[in-house]
Amino acid sequence: MSSKSYDAIVVGAGHNGLVCAAYLAKAGRKVLVLERRHQVGGATTTEEIYPGYKFTCCSYVVSLLRPWIIRDLDLPRHGYEILPLEATVTPFPDGRYLVRDSDPERTRRSIAQFSPRDAEVYKRFGQEMAELGRLIKPLIDQPAPDPLSRDPRELLRIARLGKHIRGQGDRWLFSNVKIMTMSAVDFLSEYFECEELIAPMAVSGIIGTFLGIRSPGTAYVLLHHYMGEIDGSFRAWGLPKGGTGAIANAIASSARALGVEIRTEAPVAHLLMQNGNPATAAGVVLDNGDEIRAKVVISGLDPHRTFLKLVGEEHLDPELTQQVKRFKMRGSSGKVNLALDGLPTLACLPGYGPHLQGGITIAPSIDYLERAYDDAKYGAFSRQPFMDVLIPSMTDPTLAPPGKHVMSIFVQYAPYHLKEGAADWPNQREKFGDTVIDTLSEYMPDLKDRILHRQVLSPWDLEQIYGLTEGNIFHGELSLEQLAFLRPLAGWSRYQTPVKNLWMCASGTHPGGGIMGAPGALCAQTLLGKRAV
Amino acid sequence: MPIPTPFHERTQLLCTSYRWKDWSGYCAVCSFDTSHEREYFAFRESTGLLDVTPLYKYEVSGPDAAALLARMMVRDVSKLKVGRVAYSCWCDDDGKVIDDGTVSRLGESHFRVTAADPTLHWLQAVGRGLDVTIEDSSARLAALALQGPTSRAILSAASGADLDKLKFFGVTRSAIQGIPVWISRTGYTGDLGYEVWCERGEALAIWDTLIAAGEPHGIEPAGLDALDVVRIEAGFVLLGVDYFSSHKVVLESRKSTPLELGFGWMVDLERGSFIGRDAIGAEMKRGSIWQLVGLEVSWEELEALYASFNLPPSLPVTASREGLPVYDDEGRQVGQATSHTWSPLLKKYLAIASVRPGSEKKGTKLKIEHTVEYERRKVTATVAPLPFYDPERKKKP
Repeated sequence: MSSKSYDAIVVGAGHNGLVCAAYLAKAGRKVLVLERRHQVGGATTTEEIYPGYKFTCCSYVVSLLRPWIIRDLDLPRHGYEILPLEATVTPFPDGRYLVRDSDPERTRRSIAQFSPRDAEVYKRFGQEMAELGRLIKPLIDQPAPDPLSRDPRELLRIARLGKHIRGQGDRWLFSNVKIMTMSAVDFLSEYFECEELIAPMAVSGIIGTFLGIRSPGTAYVLLHHYMGEIDGSFRAWGLPKGGTGAIANAIASSARALGVEIRTEAPVAHLLMQNGNPATAAGVVLDNGDEIRAKVVISGLDPHRTFLKLVGEEHLDPELTQQVKRFKMRGSSGKVNLALDGLPTLACLPGYGPHLQGGITIAPSIDYLERAYDDAKYGAFSRQPFMDVLIPSMTDPTLAPPGKHVMSIFVQYAPYHLKEGAADWPNQREKFGDTVIDTLSEYMPDLKDRILHRQVLSPWDLEQIYGLTEGNIFHGELSLEQLAFLRPLAGWSRYQTPVKNLWMCASGTHPGGGIMGAPGALCAQTLLGKRAV
Repeated sequence: MPIPTPFHERTQLLCTSYRWKDWSGYCAVCSFDTSHEREYFAFRESTGLLDVTPLYKYEVSGPDAAALLARMMVRDVSKLKVGRVAYSCWCDDDGKVIDDGTVSRLGESHFRVTAADPTLHWLQAVGRGLDVTIEDSSARLAALALQGPTSRAILSAASGADLDKLKFFGVTRSAIQGIPVWISRTGYTGDLGYEVWCERGEALAIWDTLIAAGEPHGIEPAGLDALDVVRIEAGFVLLGVDYFSSHKVVLESRKSTPLELGFGWMVDLERGSFIGRDAIGAEMKRGSIWQLVGLEVSWEELEALYASFNLPPSLPVTASREGLPVYDDEGRQVGQATSHTWSPLLKKYLAIASVRPGSEKKGTKLKIEHTVEYERRKVTATVAPLPFYDPERKKKP
């Protein structure tokens, strides 16, 4: 039994938990962060899986981390460095390729091989998406608007937001409604005609969801990926130096400097509940039986884990339990991380060059992607999956020994629920890895000869290792019915939960997933605003 | 018309952007690619390889070499040990800065001076009557700057030098592929880095060897645009931008003193006579008119300013040398920002500025001019110490 008492305990040292803790400490609160694993970061992690090679095991790029959080927590001083991720190369089976990079003219010429018309529209599309992103920005930098509220301050805020949106003109409003409801392919087809461009662009709409590029609602996920901003410019993605784990370490370092206490290898078994109605949290109980008390407990876990494991169904209203269970997790992606003996050759663009410093997207056609989804619908991993490939050691040599490289391969689809059941993943994991390598080898013929070590992470592994329920990388799908005032539960979008003194601060809350930090920061601000501690 | 440097044969093939500029009469690459971003990150994360041949170089040798330079330089370079380099400025009789550069002691009576402007005449004038030989080695010597965290590993692989022993601001004789070179642990990036000096005829072989040795560690040919960003982060002033040579300006008010440029640490009035000493001594008693400072421009205010025009914030893509007036909180102009840039690493909009006494204290809130849609506005800029960026590896053994 620990005698210490805290203002707040944050369960889980994922990046949002750490951001939340840092903001609370900045406001003078006494905060303890408890992490089950041996290191902080959650899915924002860099691990030396193979000696000398540092893998960004899960999340692998950054752009959504809010600039104001970076400033507030002074992250650059704590080791936060973002390197540019310039190009996206899409190779096609026939040997042609599409390059999109920071040079607009080069990009235009590359697209023009496929469609001179699309080449011209591409720039305008980017501008319109950036405008939309700017329109949405106030939504992701504030708690979700509450349409049921009668609080005059909240009504004023909604009115202001409405004015902001109307101020953008009708055209933006229409685009916004469209993007909320359409499929990624339909939305993109309003602008573009050639599939070689639409397919690789549409994949942003399915990342982390159990939907196909032709499924309605995927256009929004596309926008979610377009909202990223680095240095004030939208649609800029970056590679964190030292892998994404370095971001978590920077936030942790800033949090510690502000007085936050962080304990790793301190798994929380469940909440310490106080008798009475409503259910009230009084602290946490660790796996080893230790009880730690705090005025509030803040869960950095996903909604399923928070309610069904930390709280426990016995403390919840049955209807609420149903609501929680209906919140869709449905992991659909996996990761394959490789240690490479040298650079692989991209068949369509052989040799060393800046194109290997960017992303390589395996998304050769719309049907290819849709077929990949078909496999998943029926409980199998895609025989020909969509892949987002990076060689981060090209830009950040600290990740691998000189001349050697690490490769990060994001793979979709890998459904959590296999036909044979999720528990069959250990049997299928390596077969899944083989499929990924075989598919990629069609574009990189010498890849297999370069592999020194392979790490395959199925959604089941993501659940086991990182505690992501069903392996969902966003703590719950980013589909319209699970966003804004509906995230995670209708009526509980303000980081507070039906359990008294229990708050939530991670990707399962507004505005959602990705290395964004906004849920953590907004949770802390809301909590402080309500004088909960 | 500018002429090619000895590395031109290589750089012209790599410079796919065709972006060149005139640097001391030579063709110098602004950025190899259309954007300098990759080159910037090479300086900070792997290694950037920069052709610095256009620097003016002089060999000062002979029994009185040390005496000449001790008299000319504000710093006492006569105490410099063989194998050491000193950064110094030099002044006219009125204590106004002419130029700044490095002095390397290559031998007991052999020094090498680098300068931004031609300096032969000044060396000769100061050395009149002394037993020295002065050679303008600018055209004879080619030079490359190899700068970035992996530069040591690359240079160790390419040369026989024991770089672990070469301290910050050290210089040593070495060989690359059997070709004699001088290697100095110096640079203009404020990072771990080296400069390699060789005869111009050997330039291409040195370039090729360094590029090949660099591949496993990450190496990018880099241009002046990337350099301009890193040197502002490092807080280095640039002649002709942040200050002007007293030999070149018409207005007395445009001249600068060492104290005004933050070179006060170079000054030792007790060490005996050197050019400008009395004037500097008087200025120390009287106080300086200007003070060099760093400024951090408020991003929140910039964002709000642009938002008031319904625009996203936008800054020049390269470092800017457009002089901007700086005001105090009462609206009086107290100085000017002479170089400014967005720092992708520090996530801050930085400026190097000269301000009046009273405004130079760290944390002082000033205002800097910023133009949006042809309208001139003011944005808060906070005085910050220089350098903005100072990684431990720069000086680490």
